[in-house]
Amino acid sequence: MITVYLDGQPLVMGEGLTVAAMLTLSESSIARLSCTGQPRAPFCGMGICQECRVTIDGRRQLACQTLCQEGMHVERTV
Amino acid sequence: MKNHKTLSCDIAIVGAGPAGLAAARAASVSQRSIAVIDDNPLPGGQIWRDGPQVSQLAMAKDYRRVLSLPTVRYLPGTRIVASLAAGALLLEDAQTSYRLDYEQLILCCGAQELLLPFPGWTLPGVTGAGALQALIKSGASVAGERVLIAGSGPLLLASAATARAAGALVSGVYEQTDRYQLINFGVGLLRWPGKLAQAFKLFSTRYRWRSHVIEAMGDRRLEAVRIRQGDAEAVIACDRLACGFGLVPNTVLAQHLGCSLEDNAVAVDRYQQTSQTGIYAAGECTGVGGSELALVEGEVAGLAATGKVEQAQALFTHRAYWQRFARHVKEHFGLRPEIRRLARVDTLICRCEDVALSVLAEEQGWNAAKLQSRCGMGACQGRICGSIARELFGWSLPEPRVPLVPARIETLMACSEKDMS
Repeated sequence: MITVYLDGQPLVMGEGLTVAAMLTLSESSIARLSCTGQPRAPFCGMGICQECRVTIDGRRQLACQTLCQEGMHVERTV
Repeated sequence: MKNHKTLSCDIAIVGAGPAGLAAARAASVSQRSIAVIDDNPLPGGQIWRDGPQVSQLAMAKDYRRVLSLPTVRYLPGTRIVASLAAGALLLEDAQTSYRLDYEQLILCCGAQELLLPFPGWTLPGVTGAGALQALIKSGASVAGERVLIAGSGPLLLASAATARAAGALVSGVYEQTDRYQLINFGVGLLRWPGKLAQAFKLFSTRYRWRSHVIEAMGDRRLEAVRIRQGDAEAVIACDRLACGFGLVPNTVLAQHLGCSLEDNAVAVDRYQQTSQTGIYAAGECTGVGGSELALVEGEVAGLAATGKVEQAQALFTHRAYWQRFARHVKEHFGLRPEIRRLARVDTLICRCEDVALSVLAEEQGWNAAKLQSRCGMGACQGRICGSIARELFGWSLPEPRVPLVPARIETLMACSEKDMS
């Protein structure tokens, strides 16, 4: 099991999940707010639509194409 | 500059799905140096996607072995930012940027889902059909959730099977094409017995034809979906809607490299060479046809790129067999006209810049649309709304612009102005 911090809150999970999959384990799978403030969650699942962009260890990354690592810090783009 | 490296190879292959792996395997026999670039963290593309909830096929594992050969450099989690002058690509992964020099290039960029707009399609809980499958394979939890699958094409049944196996309650699979087309499709599958067996295995008693989504409803997340089934309408409460209208070839990189398109796919000759000498293409980016076609096309491309012309020719009959299958699928899942009219005036078309249909309906084409509304100018660079505008308004795809994907400033700074010209 590994621990990932989502907006500062620890989440414990098995290995091999993408950050997008990890979002579904939290209370809300929202990844970001759109430019008009609408909530958005992973949509295309394969790195095309950019809806799932979040900040991972200080860098903007796509949640659907990043694997969770022990101690990783993920912040939603809100 | 730190965190910037220069790499070189004889053959660069873009994509580590079936086509890319087959191309790498065929080309590796020549002992030439190969680089395989893939934006996913794990190999396999979409159909052989690996993850915590996947038991990988033996064939997929076998093809993946090519990536550990000493002549093959595998670059996972790596995106192509731009083509630089004269046989070089600018790449970046999560830490590093690269200049990759190549002699020959094989594009195996795959396909993306055709994601058409309907009211509520931006709500969290709504995804593509293949997208739901990808998310589940990547470890997303859907156990006990009420899931609807909708759209068009064989992928809907595959997605439903994946969701069910992960413990979701799939209450309906809604296919827009009609019964006549589906029966003809099924009968025609007798020519591809393996596919017929697959269809039987995936078939669901929840499968409905001539039915489609009208709207997704909910306050800040999906709560219910309004479905039209034949001439009747129903509102069905659910937690997830997975809706995709088939697949479209990924052509952005090929367009950027100056390769000609034909029928919205990368145009290739019988050796899988594009209109640009030394640039080959294989798999779904040359036309959607499934993994069997992608494998044989990849193999032809890998052989042709390494001068093994006769061995490539020996595969043409097998390739034609799967090309006929691709045409068979395409002929029976054509979109009904009402699918292109699901969006209302206030439905967003561009999800990046939140541009509604009413704004775009007044414009004549991409240039005007971009100037007036920023449609297609957000993070996805028109990859989603480009296909939508083609389907809804008949606009051709927007010209790709550099950087092809969001990139770090330090990556852009690593190449000189001369490189980018």
